[in-house]
Amino acid sequence: MPSKKTRILIAKPGLDGHDRGAKFIARTLRDEGYEVIYTGIRQTPEAIVQTAIQEDVDFVGLSLLSGAHNELFPRVVDLLKENGAEDIKVIGGGIIPEEDIPLLKEKGVQAVFGPGTSTEQIVEFIEHGSGR
Amino acid sequence: MPLPEELKKQKKDWEETTVRKVISRYPELKAEFVTGSDKPVERLYLPESFSVEEYLGKQGFPGRYPYTRGVQPTMYRGRLWTMRQYAGFGTAEESNQRYRFLLEQGQTGLSVAFDLPTQIGYDSDDPRAEGEVGKVGVVVDTLRDMEILFDGIPLDKISTSMTINAPAAILLAMYIAVAEKKGIGKDKLRGTIQNDILKEYIARGTYIFPPAPSMRLITDVFAYCSREVPQWNTISISGYHIREAGSDASQEVAFTLANGIEYVRAALKAGLSVDDFAGRLSFFFNAHNDLLEEVAKFRAARRIWARIMKERFNATDPKSMMLRFHTQTGGSTLTAQQPDNNIVRVAIQALAAVLGGTQSLHTNSREEALALPAEESVRLALRTQQVLAYESGVTSTVDPLAGSYCVEALTDRIELEVWQYIDRIEALGGMVPSILKGYVQKQIQEAAFRTQKDIEKGERVVVGINKFQMEEKRPENLLRVDPAIRQVQTDKLSQLKRSRNSSHVQDSLSALRQGAKQDAVNLLPLILETVREYATLGEICQVLRDEFGEHKETIVL
Repeated sequence: MPSKKTRILIAKPGLDGHDRGAKFIARTLRDEGYEVIYTGIRQTPEAIVQTAIQEDVDFVGLSLLSGAHNELFPRVVDLLKENGAEDIKVIGGGIIPEEDIPLLKEKGVQAVFGPGTSTEQIVEFIEHGSGR
Repeated sequence: MPLPEELKKQKKDWEETTVRKVISRYPELKAEFVTGSDKPVERLYLPESFSVEEYLGKQGFPGRYPYTRGVQPTMYRGRLWTMRQYAGFGTAEESNQRYRFLLEQGQTGLSVAFDLPTQIGYDSDDPRAEGEVGKVGVVVDTLRDMEILFDGIPLDKISTSMTINAPAAILLAMYIAVAEKKGIGKDKLRGTIQNDILKEYIARGTYIFPPAPSMRLITDVFAYCSREVPQWNTISISGYHIREAGSDASQEVAFTLANGIEYVRAALKAGLSVDDFAGRLSFFFNAHNDLLEEVAKFRAARRIWARIMKERFNATDPKSMMLRFHTQTGGSTLTAQQPDNNIVRVAIQALAAVLGGTQSLHTNSREEALALPAEESVRLALRTQQVLAYESGVTSTVDPLAGSYCVEALTDRIELEVWQYIDRIEALGGMVPSILKGYVQKQIQEAAFRTQKDIEKGERVVVGINKFQMEEKRPENLLRVDPAIRQVQTDKLSQLKRSRNSSHVQDSLSALRQGAKQDAVNLLPLILETVREYATLGEICQVLRDEFGEHKETIVL
């Protein structure tokens, strides 16, 4: 059972317009009972962090398919930290090569979900912090 | 048209005796069969009653109105489709190498992928370009990059398609300027710019300016090219990305043609006459896995567009009524799991495009759910087209699936659904209001959501994802774009800025700014001046941003 108060920001950093996955996740998590905020495509890391703090979210889910994840995911983590919001957990998805995942985790991204991930796996992570 | 009575009676008899007997012992695998677009499929299609009038009205002959059976009378018996692989990554130097490789392998046209900063009008040194330079396509900051990109490539002999939208006029100007330097006149240039902003608002996301000035830039291109670059396809009205965003087949056609209607209207409003520009409109569709439905989709699209142009816009030149299109196989149908399975998917989709009468084709490579494709995979994708072209035999006759009871029924069904969507969009005031209200995005999202839910529930089988899974090692040696490219490109840019005549640059940009303030001015000649002076793409777009403002997305969830 999802904890009803968990708040999640689904965000698209960078310049790619592939929002099919982000919107599916946003809607599915909302249907699962979470509070979900989605702010649209082409958001800067600064804008994402500002929204995350204003909306007092528990998780930020970043979706990126252009290959800019190594630069932009850690930037969001760092900006959260700089703004005293390191308790907000950052997770990511999109087209992320397997070999990039260890580096992203080292830089503070909690989990990375690639193509073929089921809703269940994501909910499992949000609820229990386990999974990818 | 109703079935003839006798046939109806016989069908009923067959269902009640022969079919019933079999089904009672061997039930069918599913209670309901549906197409890839989730529409019901009947067990068996029968001939509709035949009349010559109806045949001529709905299908006719290839190369004749309503072009259902193809835009050319001889189709692939006369000339094969153009094999055009979409490519570009890293710097202009690297992409130039890839283009030369593709041409050596027998590809017959170029298709340029630009990186996202280029597509959105940011230079490589812009903070918004962080992490994106050279990633999903080649980086172009100035004319210098375009000169390198087309080095050694005969622009008077090949045709070049460029996937560029918001700054399409600028990239076209750069292409013209490169040709000028090679001594090739504008009248010799053949190719396409995508230049389709409406689908950017709907599905693809690389918009810059709001609808009104964006439509102006587009009609400026129509007007300029009709006089100066007569062989250029001034727009590629694209359903591809609408489908990738999750629409079904009918929505893909409906929203694309509704966008087409909007462009034609804008051009008429700008004072052009329909037959002066409509023959240079081209289209771009997706090919998904449901072979028969996809073939029907292409046939229906041709028939509807011909009717729109003839009946709504009173076109008289047959070229204005012909829907000519490029096809790309469906990226979103590819799986990261068991990537070699994608080779088979691509072959089916490519076959659908060919049976549907495409004018050019891009076949995706097997690892595209994971990364940009390596040379070896691109070659295999191109070979898939070559096998279809030279070995399959489907090129020997025109529109081979016509007359299939099933394909004709699907064609009619798609046509009906498309007209319903077009009518709804017209009732909302046309495509621009339909987009700003989020109507179109909502329709697509609903379809995408249903598809994904069906996959999660296992009701829609995706081999390797929800059935026939296996443990596997992720493929290695995927193509990676070196992140150092941004630095290399930024250095190149600052060097260029030092070497150009900056007062000429400023003068050309000021002239563009003045032109942008007056709707009656065609911006193409002014843009051409700026690129000749090596103004950067970012500088040119900034002038237009200042004058036009920026579009804000209508968020629909």
